Amino acid sequence: MSAPVSPLARFWAEFRRSPVAVAALLVVVVTSLLAIFAPWVAPQDPYDLTTLSLLDARREPGFVGSGGYAHLLGTDPQGRDLLSAILYGMRISLQIGLAAGTVALFLGTTIGILAAYARGWVETVLMRIVDLQLSFPAILLALVLVALLGQGKAQLITALVAAQYAYFARTAYGAATAERRKDYVEAALATPLSGRRVAFFHLLPNCLPPLIVVATVQIANSISLEATLSFLGLGLPVTEPSLGMLISNGFPYMMSGRYWISVYPGIALIVLIVAINLVGDRVRDQFNPRLRR
Amino acid sequence: MSGYVLQRLLQAALVMVAMSAIVFVGVYAIGNPVDIVIPPEATQDIRAATIARLGLDLPLWQQYLIFVRNLFDGDLGRSFIYNEPVLSLIAGRLPATLELVLLSVLSATVFGIALGVYAGYRPDSVLAKAIMAVSVLGFSVPTFWIGLILILTFAVNLGWLPAGGRGQTVDLLGVAWSFPTLDGLKHLVLPAVNLALFKFAMMIRLARAGTREVMLSDTIKFARAAGIRESTILRRHLLKLISIPIITVFGLELGSTLAFAVVTETIFSWPGVGKLIIDSIAVLDRPVMVAYLLLTTLLFVIINLTVDLLFALIDPRIRARGAA
Repeated sequence: MSAPVSPLARFWAEFRRSPVAVAALLVVVVTSLLAIFAPWVAPQDPYDLTTLSLLDARREPGFVGSGGYAHLLGTDPQGRDLLSAILYGMRISLQIGLAAGTVALFLGTTIGILAAYARGWVETVLMRIVDLQLSFPAILLALVLVALLGQGKAQLITALVAAQYAYFARTAYGAATAERRKDYVEAALATPLSGRRVAFFHLLPNCLPPLIVVATVQIANSISLEATLSFLGLGLPVTEPSLGMLISNGFPYMMSGRYWISVYPGIALIVLIVAINLVGDRVRDQFNPRLRR
Repeated sequence: MSGYVLQRLLQAALVMVAMSAIVFVGVYAIGNPVDIVIPPEATQDIRAATIARLGLDLPLWQQYLIFVRNLFDGDLGRSFIYNEPVLSLIAGRLPATLELVLLSVLSATVFGIALGVYAGYRPDSVLAKAIMAVSVLGFSVPTFWIGLILILTFAVNLGWLPAGGRGQTVDLLGVAWSFPTLDGLKHLVLPAVNLALFKFAMMIRLARAGTREVMLSDTIKFARAAGIRESTILRRHLLKLISIPIITVFGLELGSTLAFAVVTETIFSWPGVGKLIIDSIAVLDRPVMVAYLLLTTLLFVIINLTVDLLFALIDPRIRARGAA
């Protein structure tokens, strides 16, 4: 008999077999680390106005500015080093994406499990609302909410959560109604444990795999949605330039051939989103029993 | 069946009432339009008169009731900024959005199905793999970014196509259209491609999945055994069999493309409804915001209702559930 292997180790052993997925995971980890340690990695603090000089504004990649170092990706209209701005912007984009994804995960899961467990009119009302929301495009809901709530980090996260929790609720509900019929739930309910305990400590852990998949996809979607809203001028205030806002700032200069101000932040955004999606694809395939041999 | 229809109609009406209240209260909770509409140097009298004329001095619930009553007379209010009835404002912008959305959805469907069927028919060919790579990109890359790259490539660097606006228009049935003129068509290409890309990626996936499934079915086996030519099989049998999910998605996507037009219209300064709503949000033009949101909700409610009723018509199990 071989030594017992932890589920995580087994999962990783299988994940490793896809080179694309491993590369994507590496990209996600490296970008996240770069974003977290931006203040130490970036050549310049883009918020520190004393280090900025308008003489350095809109310079081409490779230009050596007043700071005495080369701006590898050029500078933006305020004379900020674009590489630094991207690293700091990625911090904000990741923060918003993670925060919105996590809150939506908790809210949606709670609603989905509750509906599946309570049944009756609670189930009808909750799932009707969720279905209704799913029939509207997320971007429209987010747009409306941001317009109603105004600008700011908390408002933006609220809008993203409201636009996305329904996907988690649907997934959790689907998984929970399937699990609920199984014997172990009936057995747990036959013990003196409270119904709520059974729902969240017995039912929930078995609904996690599909939720993890939705979570990866939705974090990528939050980042993309946030960038879109910021590009439209409805996202974050100017004091917190996310990747979307950096792209938006460079847009007017694109016409005069100063492509780098928009293009480089955009490439950073896309690499991040595609990498997260590729990891999510792999995780989904691994959780899919139909693809198991 | 009639019980099910009645139930769905009631539900749709309930959604409209709820949404109208939420949108109205929500939009009226933000900012103070008085500061925007009335210049700061206006006298106190003018200020009071304007507030009274716009009905902003009444309690919120009275404003809402007046709004609903006017709604039934087909009056959605007047724009604070353009001082024009909102309905005619939106109607004036609608053709621009419609021609953009229709062209995008149609071309995405035609090309998407063609490429998707090929990718499903020869799944191991290099071209099929390239098609699938394009569809992955179309899914993950945000629309606004693709728009920027299109402008940078075709308008700035190559100079082949204009970067924004509608170009020369022609009046047909009293409405201005861009597509009949060469100049208008040139202006239409980039925004239409931009808006179409996401649907294009989706259509490829749908058609590919459908083709792979159908090609293994007995229908195709027997058609081949009967000696029918391969091209006839594809045209006559395959297309018919994969068309059902595609038609459903086509209908649903028409609505969501309308929502995504907001982004594309902003990038390409396309003077449609989407650009109107973004501009209205920026200047807090409440009546336009409320009207746009309500009309969009209405559109989605109608689309969903139609899809549900069509399904009920096709699937007797749904009808039975509604009657029970």
